[in-house]
Amino acid sequence: MGSGPFRNSAHPVIPMDSQTRREAYEQRQRRRSIVIASASTAVVIATIVVLVPRAPRWDRVKKSFFDGDIFTDSFPRLLEAFWLDIKIFAWSVPLIFALSLAIAVSRNTRSPALFPLRAAAVIYTDVFRGIPVILTIFLVGFGVPGLFESRAWSNPLIWGSAALILSYSAYVSEEIRAGIEGVHESQRAAARSLGMSSTQTMASVILPQALRRIVPPMMNSLVSLQKDVALVSLIGPVEILRQAGLDKSKFANFTPYVAAAVIFLMVTIPCTRLADYLLNRERRRTGATTVS
Amino acid sequence: MTTPKLSMRGVRKSFGTNTVLDGIDLDVAPGEVITLIGASGSGKSTLLRCCNLLEPIDDGAILLDDDDIAEPGLDADPIRRRIGMVFQSFNLFPHMSVTKNVAIGPRKVLGVDKATANATAIELLARLGLTDRSDAYPDQLSGGQQQRVAIARSLAMGPEVMLLDEITSALDPELVGEVLDVVRGLKTDGMTMLFATHEMAFAREISDRVCFLHKGRILEQGPPDQIFGEPQEPRTREFLQRVIDSGRL
Ligand SMILES: Nc1ncnc2c1ncn2[C@@H]1O[C@H](COP(=O)(O)OP(=O)(O)O)[C@@H](O)[C@H]1O
Ligand SMILES: [Mg+2]
Repeated sequence: MGSGPFRNSAHPVIPMDSQTRREAYEQRQRRRSIVIASASTAVVIATIVVLVPRAPRWDRVKKSFFDGDIFTDSFPRLLEAFWLDIKIFAWSVPLIFALSLAIAVSRNTRSPALFPLRAAAVIYTDVFRGIPVILTIFLVGFGVPGLFESRAWSNPLIWGSAALILSYSAYVSEEIRAGIEGVHESQRAAARSLGMSSTQTMASVILPQALRRIVPPMMNSLVSLQKDVALVSLIGPVEILRQAGLDKSKFANFTPYVAAAVIFLMVTIPCTRLADYLLNRERRRTGATTVS
Repeated sequence: MTTPKLSMRGVRKSFGTNTVLDGIDLDVAPGEVITLIGASGSGKSTLLRCCNLLEPIDDGAILLDDDDIAEPGLDADPIRRRIGMVFQSFNLFPHMSVTKNVAIGPRKVLGVDKATANATAIELLARLGLTDRSDAYPDQLSGGQQQRVAIARSLAMGPEVMLLDEITSALDPELVGEVLDVVRGLKTDGMTMLFATHEMAFAREISDRVCFLHKGRILEQGPPDQIFGEPQEPRTREFLQRVIDSGRL
């Protein structure tokens, strides 16, 4: 801010870029934090770089996990196989959402006629949250096709996805239910006092507020699902994990697994960051402050 | 005598072992404004919530135009839409704009189309001095504005009776006036109102009748000048004295 019109006037001039004391203090603190953080990061990285190669068998590990040639050879194949993971994920998510919404809403009904529905919803969430995803995949993937005569019904992709959907809906429905219960009772009273039915109240007033709250926890479940999709390979389909296993055998080297991990991270890290960002935004929006 | 618009006959209500309404008899004539005063916990909110069927009563009857609306098993929705209620904490829908808050009742409950409901909402908001806030969201409004929107939301349903539950208690003192002005306007329009309040000066000004609630009973009732000027019951006097001491009369 060089020369303003008041530069030479008799009045004391407050330059445009003047900081309040607080701003100056915070800027100093920020600089300090950056310096400390960079220094400590440098130390940690240096330690790793210096120490790990000195481990007695580092050379062997390096050769069997970090072989550059095998990595470049395997990577495109893995990426292509990963496309199947993406597809399984993409068709499972909407179904998980629909099923969990239905379960969460059923659990919130109050009519005595709907008791069987409520009971079924409770049993469902208890059962599927209680079984490891991998077991559900085995049981559904190997068990259900046995029920049908036709080979058309034995597609492991369908039953693998179904198992994921069943497992994850149990978790996500609980997240939605927590969201529904997080909407204050007074909102229900206000809607009902207008003469809205309980269904209208749920659809227009409660759910829109609940869904906003559950986006962050649901994002975390989706990141988790993104990884668990790989488990479907255990009943047949050649997706990335399976392909990495094939490549591992072919090269007698573990580098394809590292390549697969890299591919997963390329997707899950941005998703996790986004989930954290949404969670923080929601915290700020609902007025909860973070205390350092 | 004309039939009362709203009438409570021997209404009882307990929460567990806590008897909150202990035989309430009260007639509200068409166009009458009745204020409920009494210490906090005396049952004012519960009485209003029972009238709007938000709480089921244990015994007695509540008549709207001579029909018993507290009949167990009756579908409450068609009755609630005839009775407006405004809450202490506004309870606006935070995810809807001001206009939508006001239009949602007619749209969902009365099946009014969106354009008509919005037009009516905007008209109502104009009457309450909120024209320039119609696109805002509730959290962008002052408490006084929020409460006026809540009143508009209720009025949009064309209620025959309004139940007002301490609608100024959550407001900063300088915002109380704008909300009470709306209530004055409603009285001028001939609205039947049952109004729980701690604003004694206003109760004295606006009421046709004042009821003093104590432990779930109407201990004393009468015209405002009588209740505030020469209360008969020692407990009424005690209560009013406490209010005077706290500087609210
Ligand atoms: N939902 C409820 N469950 C249990 N007790 C309640 C409930 N609502 C009100 N009460 C009790 O009823 C009594 C009267 O409350 P309320 O009607 O809110 O009084 P006021 O509005 O006059 O302050 C209080 O003792 C309160 O604790
Ligand atoms: Mg109250």
